[in-house]
Amino acid sequence: MPDQLLFGMEVFLNGLMAGVLYALVALGFVLIYKASGIFNYAQGVMALFAAMTLVGIMEGRVPFSHLINAVFGSNVHHFGWHLPAVVGIVLTVGVMVLLAWLVNALIMKHLVNQEPIILFMATIGLAYFMEGLGDLMWGADIKKLDVGLPQGINGTIDQITFDAFGYGFFIDNLDIWATIIAIVLVASLMVFSQYTKQGRALRAVADDHQAALSVGISLNFIWVLVWSIAGFVALVAGIMWGAKSGVQFSLSLIALKALPVLMLGGFTSIPGAIVGGLIIGVGEKMFEFAIGPMVGGATENWFAYVLALLFLVFRPQGLFGEKIIERV
Amino acid sequence: MLDQSEGYITEDGRKIGGVVMEMKNITLRFGGVVAIKDISFDIRQGEIRAIIGPNGAGKSSMLNVISGFYVPQEGEVLYHGKKRPQMRPYEVARQGIARTFQNIALFEGMTVLDNVMTGRLNHMKTGMAAQALWKGKAEREEVENREVVERVIDFLEIQNIRKTPVARLPYGLKKRVELARALAAEPSLLLLDEPMAGMNVEEKEDMSRFILDVNDEFGTTIALIEHDMGVVMDLSDRVVVMDYGKKIGDGTPDEVRNNQDVIDAYLGVAHD
Repeated sequence: MPDQLLFGMEVFLNGLMAGVLYALVALGFVLIYKASGIFNYAQGVMALFAAMTLVGIMEGRVPFSHLINAVFGSNVHHFGWHLPAVVGIVLTVGVMVLLAWLVNALIMKHLVNQEPIILFMATIGLAYFMEGLGDLMWGADIKKLDVGLPQGINGTIDQITFDAFGYGFFIDNLDIWATIIAIVLVASLMVFSQYTKQGRALRAVADDHQAALSVGISLNFIWVLVWSIAGFVALVAGIMWGAKSGVQFSLSLIALKALPVLMLGGFTSIPGAIVGGLIIGVGEKMFEFAIGPMVGGATENWFAYVLALLFLVFRPQGLFGEKIIERV
Repeated sequence: MLDQSEGYITEDGRKIGGVVMEMKNITLRFGGVVAIKDISFDIRQGEIRAIIGPNGAGKSSMLNVISGFYVPQEGEVLYHGKKRPQMRPYEVARQGIARTFQNIALFEGMTVLDNVMTGRLNHMKTGMAAQALWKGKAEREEVENREVVERVIDFLEIQNIRKTPVARLPYGLKKRVELARALAAEPSLLLLDEPMAGMNVEEKEDMSRFILDVNDEFGTTIALIEHDMGVVMDLSDRVVVMDYGKKIGDGTPDEVRNNQDVIDAYLGVAHD
């Protein structure tokens, strides 16, 4: 096989795996949007916050240590323990559930029946608040996140492809794990929404609030549940991106990459978020590979947005979104 | 009017029991507008109770008070003899009060079967994990719930559309699916908000038959709002008449028909 084609295949595979990560972030958006009609601008910051909290808990950092030291003149920074990743993740999930409850109790509950733009503005406020809170709690330094997932080139795939084609594919172990974890996550979300009482209630709330109330579903409970799940998805996305490139502010910007994914997949479709993520991931890598050299590279920065714009023009509901029909 | 403290026997010989729900001096205001003004009435075990009145009389508001969607400023709601504290609509539903809506509130994206299954949500007790993994108790419970749902679906003759997404159904069938969902909850009180609004004659006859059969077969207590006078008089055991938020009549269809206030306010205009 010609080298170009082999290299293209490698780029394609890497694109798929990058797409999985985009899909993970987009999934968090879709979950909240479907259940409550809120476009949660804070989803990216939630991923950052979750990753920061995980690092903080695992390394035994004292939350608000800068604040405490400044106020009391003390000098505390660490509890002096190191927790295993599993314990850290469980505790962080707890924090995200608490956060979901607070968001609902302090903000969303009071904005029921408001215009979507108001709810959107509220989530922008939430995003900035959480960004500040995260820095205040855990410090603004770039943190290293290691939950024990293998990293670096996968030797087996390298060896097999080298034996077969005379060209070893470079596939990162972390990407492989991210893909597996994302598949498990999506599969469990599907099972949850199809086969459990809470899942059925969640679909009901997503469809019609009044009807949901009339069959005895508590909207508040469902909203807390949905924000908790979105928080959990944010944690998973935060772990993957954090392990890849460190836990730092730029992590919250991956939310911006989720926007074109949502334009493609539609805001209301879980399969859409996944397929949209994969298309963007593969698309931008392949475009950079094929066209990039001709235009001086760096096409990855804008390719996704141009693709999203094209979709906005020709298919505004996305690939899988509910068709927009205006009745007159 | 007969003494009804211990229940009564209807014209067609059905035994009506004690009071299920009692509304005591209910007043509901929206800002300066008084939607319901000092209204009292009761709903008894096993009866079909109608609330009628001209447009804007406050009938739907009354139904919304019973189902917890509106909170009255004054008055008490007694359910099974006990004063009901202020409740959210979902809490009212969990107490065994099911309802339908004037403008149909169904889960449009789900199939008929899934819609009717949501009516069983309050009868599902097993934990989330057990349900997802489909084991033992959860499985038995799912089977039991499915049996109730299938019975309701058979009863309302919607077997042939059970897998159809609700959004594709015509209006009349949607109304029937909504009734099915309410029935699946096995409610002790069923509230129907204009069950026949917007239907053609044939659909109205079907719906009337279903309402009578539900009452007859399951002994379900029903309170309904309806515009079509003929239908109301045929269906109901007792009728409350409202006008401009006030109660102007209460009794059997015959008593109401001969009540001068009612004739003036409503029937007179419609039937003279």
